[in-house]
Amino acid sequence: MEFCTNFPMFSIIACLMCGVVCSVLKKNPARYLTYTLLTVLLILSSGVLAYTLKIDGCFIYRMGHFGAPFGNELRAGVLEGVLAVFFSVIMFLSVLAGEKHIFEDVEDSKINLYYTLICLMMSSLLALTYTNDIFTAYVFVEINTITAAGLVAVMGNGRAYFSSVKYMIMSLLGSGLLLIGITLLYDVTGHLLLSDIKNAVNTIVIKEYTEPFTIIIALITIGLSIKSALFPFHSWLPDAHTASTISSSAILSSLVLKAYIVLLIKIFYRAIGREVVLETGVNDIIFVFGIMAMIFGSVFAIAQKDVKRMTAYSSVAQIGYIFMGLGIGNEAGIVAAVFHIFAHGATKSMIFTSLGGIKEVSGHSTKLEAIKGAGFRNKVAGVSFAVGAFSMVGIPFFPGFVSKINFADAAAEAGSTKMIVILVALAISTVLNCLYFFRALIALYTPVSNAAGELKEEVDNTRPTLKYIMAMAFFIAFNIFAGTFSDMIIKLINKGLTMFS
Amino acid sequence: MQAVIDYISSNLFEGVAIILFGIGFTTLFLHPNLIKKIMGLNIMDSSVYLFLAAKGYVFGRKAPIVVDGITEMESYINPIPTGLVLTGIVVSVSVTAVMLALTIRLYWRYHTLEMDEIMQIIRKEGK
Repeated sequence: MEFCTNFPMFSIIACLMCGVVCSVLKKNPARYLTYTLLTVLLILSSGVLAYTLKIDGCFIYRMGHFGAPFGNELRAGVLEGVLAVFFSVIMFLSVLAGEKHIFEDVEDSKINLYYTLICLMMSSLLALTYTNDIFTAYVFVEINTITAAGLVAVMGNGRAYFSSVKYMIMSLLGSGLLLIGITLLYDVTGHLLLSDIKNAVNTIVIKEYTEPFTIIIALITIGLSIKSALFPFHSWLPDAHTASTISSSAILSSLVLKAYIVLLIKIFYRAIGREVVLETGVNDIIFVFGIMAMIFGSVFAIAQKDVKRMTAYSSVAQIGYIFMGLGIGNEAGIVAAVFHIFAHGATKSMIFTSLGGIKEVSGHSTKLEAIKGAGFRNKVAGVSFAVGAFSMVGIPFFPGFVSKINFADAAAEAGSTKMIVILVALAISTVLNCLYFFRALIALYTPVSNAAGELKEEVDNTRPTLKYIMAMAFFIAFNIFAGTFSDMIIKLINKGLTMFS
Repeated sequence: MQAVIDYISSNLFEGVAIILFGIGFTTLFLHPNLIKKIMGLNIMDSSVYLFLAAKGYVFGRKAPIVVDGITEMESYINPIPTGLVLTGIVVSVSVTAVMLALTIRLYWRYHTLEMDEIMQIIRKEGK
């Protein structure tokens, strides 16, 4: 079992190697190599999770066995294990469900490069989860940005390039702020390893450098919230999600945005300490923007005519939930936020991939009027969209419901002003969610009589493939599992957060 | 007055770095021309590297490369910021390359480098 401590490093290196190899393979070997890699990653991450549960604590892997102040460290606890398992599962299912679309949308000679991007993306996600070194985190944030821009641009048309450039620009503004924040943090503390930074913060910084420290926290928070599309910085998100192929949208929405939030939680918890963050008042600002995102994201979503764009705006609202949870400032709020990372990741990737199936049978469009009756034409996609919509709205037995309950619980422990604001915002946001998701759902299950004839032929041509059905079945099972066995997941998150810092 | 001059001269590099960061950030954010945006990006990144290098440098000391036997620690500067600058330069070069590649593609497609003109063309096509 001791051998499991090597798994975090193995999985990151394996991703990087596979990414390089995929770039010279033909499309089919590249595809199968990626599937093998993701399966292996799932096994390795499960190994890490099992080992951390067994030793009931976290372990540190020192790169090259160099000691603490100079070496580079990976650190894994229960939460990292759960996150790695979750990232591998969602990545695998998203790529599997969107496979047909990847082969249709991407230029034939460049399909292997799409799988290269998937491998590199996976390496950056895992590295952001495991790393204990703040500069390594910065490097992998940039790798994540580049691969995500690539995933947006794969369609190869003008719109995709434009969205990709827009995404890159916003993202680079974010990483510029993050970089200067990290630089300042290094200057005042003199360390790059997150745990050492915390020691330095506790001994010197907090007494002598309160003002620079507020600026550092603000810079890092703003940088990472631009990258994870918190409300006023969300403008790149809908374009990027709409312009790309279905797998890319699912990955961008469920994984890429979440990796930055994980990094932010890690910096808050492990490097700076929650008490210091609370003292500076940055969490109140996050809270306000989170609440605004919850409401405005949903309002923008209602105004959309295109279901894919609507789902993208819904992501803005859900990111608002997560930031709101971080902003509450108590333990329960962060647990709820971390649970919502899982809940939203599992659900949103399912909604996006189900839209892929719906698009096929609606004349390659996801406009509201085009998808009328698509739930009858592609039953698998229709059912998965319905499950996703139920979860996002907050019907019991689905993960979205559990996270809403958790947020309300966390609100009850917060002060009275915050409690009222959260409960009101939750209520408004739920109603708005209902409005737009049920509108789409009703359109999906509206019987169409006159157009049925001409669409019949199209339906016969686009029977959902076995892989798609399997992926969607796993998605539905995963969601129902996350909704019904939420106690177990929350217990794991609690355990993980205590050993996180 | 003397105090102000002392303050500025002792924080000269940091001050210049922050001003450059501001210039780069606003250019990247607000300028409509894609090439100038990329220039802004490079100014922004370089300013951070100037800041890092200035923080790692101590006047009168030399680079920690041991040529003639080990001398005492006090004669060397802190090498870590320099290493970070090198890593950072690699990162910003690759980001710049990706941005330039995307810009070339956009120029082939729309024959302009202005973001707002491209946006208008896309809006027109979308309708």
